[in-house]
Amino acid sequence: MAVTGAQKRVIVVGGGLAGLAGTVRLVESGLKVDLFSVVPVKRSHSVCAQGGINACNEVARQQGYSEYEHFDETIYGGDFLADQHPVLEMANWAPKIIDLLDRMGVPFNRTSEGYRDLRLFGGSLFKRTHFAGATTGQQLLYAMDEQVRRHEAAGDVTKYEHWEFLSPIIHDGRCVGIVAQDIRTMQIRAFRAEAVVMATGGCGLIYGKSTNSVMCNGAAAARCYREGAYYANAEMIQVHPTAIPGADKLRLMSESARGEGGRVWVPAIKRADGTWGPHPRSGQDPKSIPDNERYYFLEEKYPKYGNIVPRDIATREIFDICVNQGMGVGNQNQVYLDLTHRDKDYLQRKLEGILEIYEKFVGEDPYTTPMRIFPAVHYSMGGLWTKFVKGTYNPPKPLPKHVSGKRAPINAEVGQGMAYGDPANAMTNIDGLYAFGEVNFAYHGANRLGANALLSCIFDGLFCGVGVANYVRDGAPSKAPSKDLPQGAYDGAVERETARMKKLISAVDLGKAADEATNPYVIGRELGVEMTEACTVVRTGPRLEQCLQRLGDLRARYNRLTLADAGGWTNQSLSYARALGDMLDLSDAVARGALERKESRGAHYRPDYKDRNDAEFMKTTLARRESDGSAHVEFIPIDASLVEPTARTYGKKDDSKPAPTPPTPGSTGVPSRPVPTTVGSGV
Amino acid sequence: MSSTTPTAPSVAPKPGTRTIRIRVKRCEGPGKPERWEEFTLQVSAGDGTNVIAALQRIAAKPVTVEGKNTIPVAWDSGCLEEVCGACTMVVNGKVRQSCSALMDTIAPNEGDVVTLEPMSKFPVIRDLVVDRSRVFHNLKRVKAWVPVDGTYDLGAGPKESPETQETRYVLSTCMSCGCCLEACPQFTKQENPETWDSAFLGAHAISQARLFNMHGTGKQLEKERLEALAGPGGVDDCGNAQNCVKVCPKRIPLTESIGAMGRAVTIHAVKKLFTLR
Repeated sequence: MAVTGAQKRVIVVGGGLAGLAGTVRLVESGLKVDLFSVVPVKRSHSVCAQGGINACNEVARQQGYSEYEHFDETIYGGDFLADQHPVLEMANWAPKIIDLLDRMGVPFNRTSEGYRDLRLFGGSLFKRTHFAGATTGQQLLYAMDEQVRRHEAAGDVTKYEHWEFLSPIIHDGRCVGIVAQDIRTMQIRAFRAEAVVMATGGCGLIYGKSTNSVMCNGAAAARCYREGAYYANAEMIQVHPTAIPGADKLRLMSESARGEGGRVWVPAIKRADGTWGPHPRSGQDPKSIPDNERYYFLEEKYPKYGNIVPRDIATREIFDICVNQGMGVGNQNQVYLDLTHRDKDYLQRKLEGILEIYEKFVGEDPYTTPMRIFPAVHYSMGGLWTKFVKGTYNPPKPLPKHVSGKRAPINAEVGQGMAYGDPANAMTNIDGLYAFGEVNFAYHGANRLGANALLSCIFDGLFCGVGVANYVRDGAPSKAPSKDLPQGAYDGAVERETARMKKLISAVDLGKAADEATNPYVIGRELGVEMTEACTVVRTGPRLEQCLQRLGDLRARYNRLTLADAGGWTNQSLSYARALGDMLDLSDAVARGALERKESRGAHYRPDYKDRNDAEFMKTTLARRESDGSAHVEFIPIDASLVEPTARTYGKKDDSKPAPTPPTPGSTGVPSRPVPTTVGSGV
Repeated sequence: MSSTTPTAPSVAPKPGTRTIRIRVKRCEGPGKPERWEEFTLQVSAGDGTNVIAALQRIAAKPVTVEGKNTIPVAWDSGCLEEVCGACTMVVNGKVRQSCSALMDTIAPNEGDVVTLEPMSKFPVIRDLVVDRSRVFHNLKRVKAWVPVDGTYDLGAGPKESPETQETRYVLSTCMSCGCCLEACPQFTKQENPETWDSAFLGAHAISQARLFNMHGTGKQLEKERLEALAGPGGVDDCGNAQNCVKVCPKRIPLTESIGAMGRAVTIHAVKKLFTLR
């Protein structure tokens, strides 16, 4: 274990679950942490995670489950895109992480005997998801927040809340600090550090409306990308099958609703040939629809997994029902998610948090009326590219897919997946710059399994945090500590950021505040609509090319935008406008990755390339930013040395993939029906 | 766990659009004068427009009802689904999260006015943004954490009955939004952080002390928490107005927590008296 000088400081950017877990681990290693966040850390986006956190547990184990099966499910769920060794290590750590959270006081739901209760989740046939009501993310975040507050009270953590990360400071190829801005006083300054951990989450806001919180715009990651960090698998964006449409955001309806028995259906009439067609009374009182006129399409097509097929599959099926088959409820883009057959007491104990959200924002009672839901942009599997060092388990050749419930080939010893404590783990291509949590592209491949996100956040913090401490102790910082570096490196970075800000402020023109062509909020809204239309459930070459061209148009408008606030105090327009430029950069990487990846895999579905193409594309998409903001994309090999790729069917009855019609390129940026306005789109 | 669920808000079945007015109390920064600005907004029944969507639309076209171009309103928000607490403000005179304030409920008719004001118990940063650092500071005063021996793998935590878990879970859903403090007559605005440690803690912090005293390991700091609650600004400062529990968006039984902690502080004081040497 690393023990380092008490004065050495590490910067953590982002106070969600990954940032807080990392902070705790770094402090325990004898380091001081400066923790930066645009919001008070307790309000980070991790609070929105609902369903739970996966881990092998004693009950599942005795039924034949293992950490290895969890690993295998995650690789298969991610459609064989993830590097395999890191996933193995994460699955092996999961039970330890649950124990730790339990010790920290997380109120996990309990069985009558007092053990931790478990629920079923997507992509598994075993109950392996631990949960605290339906607000598990909130409860986990609070537990970590409390521990960090304890360290803060002891003087080991300094919080910089309401500070916005502007840039990493790179000196001699190594990250030695950051530039940040106090978003109240608008002061810009440099901070020295021996290492910097980015834990800044995803980028849902490039889609305008998504299930993400308002700060999840990807700007922090984009600023590292601008300074030379690689961005990987940008095109792998998870569209969650079940969300509640809304005017300002699309609110998540957790997968746990299906895990606890929720059934997805639409009113439909079964034809003589066994196929289903639209129902004349669809959209009227759902309780009046008899059972034989309800099409439970997931259960019918996937008898083995039913409603708990992974997210990309459920999303495509719902999209297909609504958009292609015209069988959405009331012929709109919505299907029923039905819990009304479950006992109310049971639902309250397990799902009250999310059912309350539905009730509050829709005004209908989900205990007695089926919920109306539709897919929404939810999670970014891609993120900053990071390294890892393989652990001790290296079979001579990859094993065939694990047979569910069979004995695992290895135990779950620490260090078999990744080399524990190695400073390279979770390090970006820039020395000393790390990425933890959602902003780290590792683990989830082309599709994340439900309840694996909280796990990857905490795993990065605990496991990779040790590597950061070792880097500080033994790596470049031990020879050239940041305090000895020339002031000029820091001053120069501050000057660059100040110049960027001045350029934006100089664009203030109150008289043109309402001019839509150059208003940043309008440009942001149009960006969201464009990305939603071109880069969500269905992606085609021509539409993506058009998208890239439109991104260029938006960038041209961005370059002459006008702000309506010249204020030197809490200038939110400035923060938003600055981030918009970063969002355009990331959008380009997403669209270009989607265009270049000429296959279908996980969340990435190309009707013009319907099959998975392992020979060419079982590879990481690596984006590097060109000076004009566009992405240069290449594909690099992955580590697939543990499990052989197999077809990812989830036991589907009819093996042909659902084939939603591609959206045809329109002439304006306004979404044209039948493109779902609820998958994303502007505010 | 609470067995009551709120009744569904009655959505106005009015067809077509309506024009509503949004009045915002504005202030450019600490010490700057306050002023009101009014905007109009077209909404339609069932479109889901909430206060946040309204503010977003105003930001994209910041023109007042008089036709004057203005600076976009500053406001706080985060999750937009009432689990982060960021967007708390005073909407039509009532403190709440603005994300769950739907226009169909709060301004159902043509010409209805929605007033937006910052919380009054915290220093205003700008417009609707306030500084709630004191809420988090008060969590330190009651040591609202479980003192674990670090993050190494030491096995599971204490076993727990479903009843205790259910009680703790509800207490643990507190998002430090500050509604209970805004509504409390005893909790007053403190501009100077030096007075924070002697001023009233507020319902949320007292309830958090109860939460951690209920946990098998959290209990180890029970005495220190009770000392904090017995000191200046502690549980005795509660005036029993019971406003806190009425405005809590998570329906946390705050008055129950205050009662429980009041009794615990008394017992602790009596015990101390008899162990005096």
